[in-house]
Amino acid sequence: MIASFIGVALALIQAKSLDPGGHNMLQPAAPQASQIEWLYWTVFWILLVVYVLMIGAFTKTAVVNRSGATGPLPIMTDEKGDRRAKWAVGTATGITVITLFVILVMSIVTGKKAAGLTSKNPVTVQVTGHQWWWEVTYPNSQADQTVTTANEIHVPIHTPIVLLTNSSDVIHSFWPPNITGKRDLIPGYSSAAWFQIDKPGIYRGQCAEFCGLQHAHMGFSIIAQSVEEFQSWEQQQLKPANEPGTPEATRGRAVFLTHSCLMCHTIRGTDAGSRLGPDLTHVASRNMIAAETLPLTAGALAGWIVDPQRIKPGVKMSPNPLAPDDLQAVVAYLQSLQ
Amino acid sequence: MAALNETTRERMTIDVSTLPSVAFGHSNTTWLANVLYMTIEGTMFALIFATYFYLRTRSSSWPPGHYPPALTFGIINAAIFIVSVIPARWVQRRAPSGDRGAIRNGLLILSLFALAATAVRVFEFTTLNCRWSDDAYSSTIWVLIGLHSGHLVTELIETVVLLFVALTPKMEGTRLADAAINSDYWYFVVVTGLLTDFMIYGTTRLL
Amino acid sequence: MAVTEPVVANERDVADAELARRLDRTWRQPKGFWGWFSNTHHTAIGLRFMVTAFVFFLLGGILAAMIRMQLIRPENSLMGPDLYNQVFTMHGATMIFLFAVPMMFQGFGVYVVPLMCGARNIAFPRLNAFSYYIYVGGALCLWGGLLTNTGPDVGWFAYVPLSGPQYSPGHRTDIWAQMITFTEVSALGVAVCIATTILRHRAPGMTLNRMPILLWEKLVLSFMVIFAMPSVMVASSLLLLDRLVGTHFFNHSEGGDVLLYQHLFWFFGHPEVYIIFLPGAAIISTLVPAFTRRRILGHTPIVLSVVATGFIGFGVWVHHMFATGLPQLSESFFTAASLMIVIPTAVQFFFWVATMWNGRIWLRLPMLWCFGFFFVFLIGGLSGVMLASVPLDTQVHDTYFIVAHFHYVLIGGALFPMFAGIYFWFPKMVGRMADETLGKWHFWLFFIGFNMTFFTMHFLGLRGMTRRVYTYLPEMHWGPLSALATAGVVFMTAGILVFLVNILRSMRMGKIAGDNPWGDFSLEWATSSPPPSYNFVHIPMVNGRNPLWDGPIDQPLIVGLRDDIRETLVTHSLDTEPQHKDEDPGPSIWPFLTALTVSAAFIGSIFTPWAVPIGAPPVVVTLIGWLWPRGHSPAPLPGRESWQH
Repeated sequence: MIASFIGVALALIQAKSLDPGGHNMLQPAAPQASQIEWLYWTVFWILLVVYVLMIGAFTKTAVVNRSGATGPLPIMTDEKGDRRAKWAVGTATGITVITLFVILVMSIVTGKKAAGLTSKNPVTVQVTGHQWWWEVTYPNSQADQTVTTANEIHVPIHTPIVLLTNSSDVIHSFWPPNITGKRDLIPGYSSAAWFQIDKPGIYRGQCAEFCGLQHAHMGFSIIAQSVEEFQSWEQQQLKPANEPGTPEATRGRAVFLTHSCLMCHTIRGTDAGSRLGPDLTHVASRNMIAAETLPLTAGALAGWIVDPQRIKPGVKMSPNPLAPDDLQAVVAYLQSLQ
Repeated sequence: MAALNETTRERMTIDVSTLPSVAFGHSNTTWLANVLYMTIEGTMFALIFATYFYLRTRSSSWPPGHYPPALTFGIINAAIFIVSVIPARWVQRRAPSGDRGAIRNGLLILSLFALAATAVRVFEFTTLNCRWSDDAYSSTIWVLIGLHSGHLVTELIETVVLLFVALTPKMEGTRLADAAINSDYWYFVVVTGLLTDFMIYGTTRLL
Repeated sequence: MAVTEPVVANERDVADAELARRLDRTWRQPKGFWGWFSNTHHTAIGLRFMVTAFVFFLLGGILAAMIRMQLIRPENSLMGPDLYNQVFTMHGATMIFLFAVPMMFQGFGVYVVPLMCGARNIAFPRLNAFSYYIYVGGALCLWGGLLTNTGPDVGWFAYVPLSGPQYSPGHRTDIWAQMITFTEVSALGVAVCIATTILRHRAPGMTLNRMPILLWEKLVLSFMVIFAMPSVMVASSLLLLDRLVGTHFFNHSEGGDVLLYQHLFWFFGHPEVYIIFLPGAAIISTLVPAFTRRRILGHTPIVLSVVATGFIGFGVWVHHMFATGLPQLSESFFTAASLMIVIPTAVQFFFWVATMWNGRIWLRLPMLWCFGFFFVFLIGGLSGVMLASVPLDTQVHDTYFIVAHFHYVLIGGALFPMFAGIYFWFPKMVGRMADETLGKWHFWLFFIGFNMTFFTMHFLGLRGMTRRVYTYLPEMHWGPLSALATAGVVFMTAGILVFLVNILRSMRMGKIAGDNPWGDFSLEWATSSPPPSYNFVHIPMVNGRNPLWDGPIDQPLIVGLRDDIRETLVTHSLDTEPQHKDEDPGPSIWPFLTALTVSAAFIGSIFTPWAVPIGAPPVVVTLIGWLWPRGHSPAPLPGRESWQH
């Protein structure tokens, strides 16, 4: 019993003292996550009361009814006590049914609030799961207005975002805990969910359905920005890749286009047009690489390109043993792709 | 040596020595086991029927790009199944009286029906008008007919084995009940066969 | 048929001793190497199920320790993702398929049920023995896979398409799928045996109204197995067909459906967890009266709760799929059903408290573990209430919050009652008492370690730690809590080691138990410890719900079962009126041989479809050997059978 109280106290302390904006469902930064957090705490307190009462009852019997007998005592009956007890059981059952009904209603109401779509100019994001990265597109009826990127999703604040889900291989699950609950990405199914973020910031998410060797390293981030910042980001993403500005970067592009890189990656404005791996047209505009595993620095890029298997064993990118000059050049080129 | 001052006590007894040692019909425990296994296998059939309809609702054309399975052998087999109920029932009715001759003949006829059904089933496989690896529809009807064929062959072997037992003096006692219960399993094969036929030949055309 | 014959008491004792000697000779269990494989007595097979299941519990525990060691700190390199994925898949598969059901349902059921019914043996003893050997075959298949680096690595539930032919090449998943076939055949066989024993072999006087709660639970469980196991058989078989012969059940580009697998799997998967929990609850209902010295309060509502749980358990499976984006209406239905299923369990809890509230608690080891169950399972059950809500579930699904939840309900709801049941029935099985002091050390070490590991996981889940990850980044701040969770393993391991020492030592040196050391009321305590191979000298007659507490000492004796052949009594399923007699087939090597041929066919079919036509004839041969009528026939009977002219 004491252990239970300590545990519960720990729970409350832990839950409150977490990093703001950390990958945490109890630190909501968006309406849906807030609604779910409210439901969580309400149900939690109800269940805590139930637990305390039940444990109290069991503890009472263990302490007060304890017999110090060394062998089996004679069988006893207590008809009056039993009659009272039956009433108590009936009452407790009735309270249980009512409590469960209340929780049912709260749950359905919260679910309806979280799922209701408001239709004032939503921004649509299509997320397609791959082993082990996220393909992100902003569909538009005009092909040259469709933004394609990977692993990093930008959204304007105060705007409903409609999330369309799909998968190109196995089942993945899109989950940004600070924003909303998770939605599975199932091949053959396209589902729509919506969310909205009202506070600018960077919100991390992670794949939440076991999808193979690098399920553990399949993260993404949602960057919520003002409408103006979002639109300028969008415009930037629509442009083709920057022309290399330095000789090193030019050499880097040449290496890229003559090695296995273009077998899997797209850089719009060049001959590289494969959709097997993430779109790299504006890779340097992102904060991280390798599905939120490594920061976008020269060293990380170099290490990743040379031997991705060492960082994420099983990932579908083969090692690229480039000569040091070539490697440096490619890194410089990629870093120029803002 | 009992203590001298121990009083003797009257004790009621229930004497079961005159109870029969063989039971027929639903009193028999093997009958119950058979019913439970039919429930298990029936659940499997039901789940595959459900799978068929589930996949059907997710598809816009059914059968997708195939002709439905050819009716001829399906109808022949359905007829064989329906008529075969007669010898099966006959064995069941003669078993409790221990009429070894009748049971032997009944099992022989039933075996022939089972053999005929199996032979026709082989032809059914060849006229399904699709291959199991074509698509989900083909996979489903092949699994349906395959599952039922497994039961058909099992029942054929069981009936033949019982027939051999009936050719020996061992067809007595609980073996008589076993022969009767075998007919119950045959009815199960017939009913699931007719349902499977309906799924394969009927729903592919009607729905 | 009832005959009143006064029998003198001391003459009866002499007659009983002579009867016991003859029964002992008739029912003698075979010895020697081949004798071991021919034994079909339920006590032997039940013990084998329990011991084998416990071995796999230990192996599954070692895998769990490996998982925790890998996760003790961020970016640990103890195991790479390939080995880790095999380890966590094997941990789940071993615990669920090779430990939980074989122990709780098959082991306890096969051992206790015939004794509790007052029968001489389980119904269909050869099928029972076969079920044991085929279970071992499945276990060897699965672990043979792991030890040859072909262990399944797609999670214990093996979702498609990850487990399909395209994303899981090789034979790893095939081994998983075939292990399912093995263990389901085993469980289904035992279900048929137990259901028939309970329905047709109960002692005269044990009407349905007087049947103990544990027998009700095992009957409900048998039917749950009968209806649920076919679903996972279908799921795994269709997966095998997709993988091995090119069908397209789950291939969405050829008309198949990915969610079909989840529906088929969870239609089995949810009843499965109740198949694991209900035996635990029944053990509690059985032990509380003995250690409270009272008849249980609410016998009928508890029985109805067990039955209700069995039914409703089939109506909640979609709550495992709340993240897939199903229509809101159907999700709400399953939320309601998932909340509704709490009610029968709550009713049982309330009646346990009510029974204990006015009783005298005798806090011996089995009761201590019952208290452990109350404290631990309740947390799991309450966190389960949270999970029934779709919005809450969309946040915590597939996180360590779920891992915490199901370990609380599985370990609390099955493992704690399992230890309670082991300490309770150990004296009956072995004839000696387990040591109380060692048992208390076992309890506290395990209780502390368990909570340290799994309570912590609630927080990890709330803080976003997803499941089935072989490592995590330092920035996630999951390190300290993960380390705490790993620390608990030390205590749990220590507790289990103490348990093993206790059992092994007590088998040789424990206090002699006698027939009924706990003063319990149920029929298994009406015979010696351990029971003779004929279980009871006379089939008992039952006079109430608590036979040894209710029945007068001079109840009618059942006489007239032959002692020169293995004769058993078959009674009516409702009122237990004696109806006819059966002959137990006795020891037989055929169940073992059939298990060998079936195992060969199953394992062969992983590698080639030809194994089916090649493997089938030996199976047929061994089945014919099994079923062919025996050489001897019983001596002529006094009366005339219906089929004798």
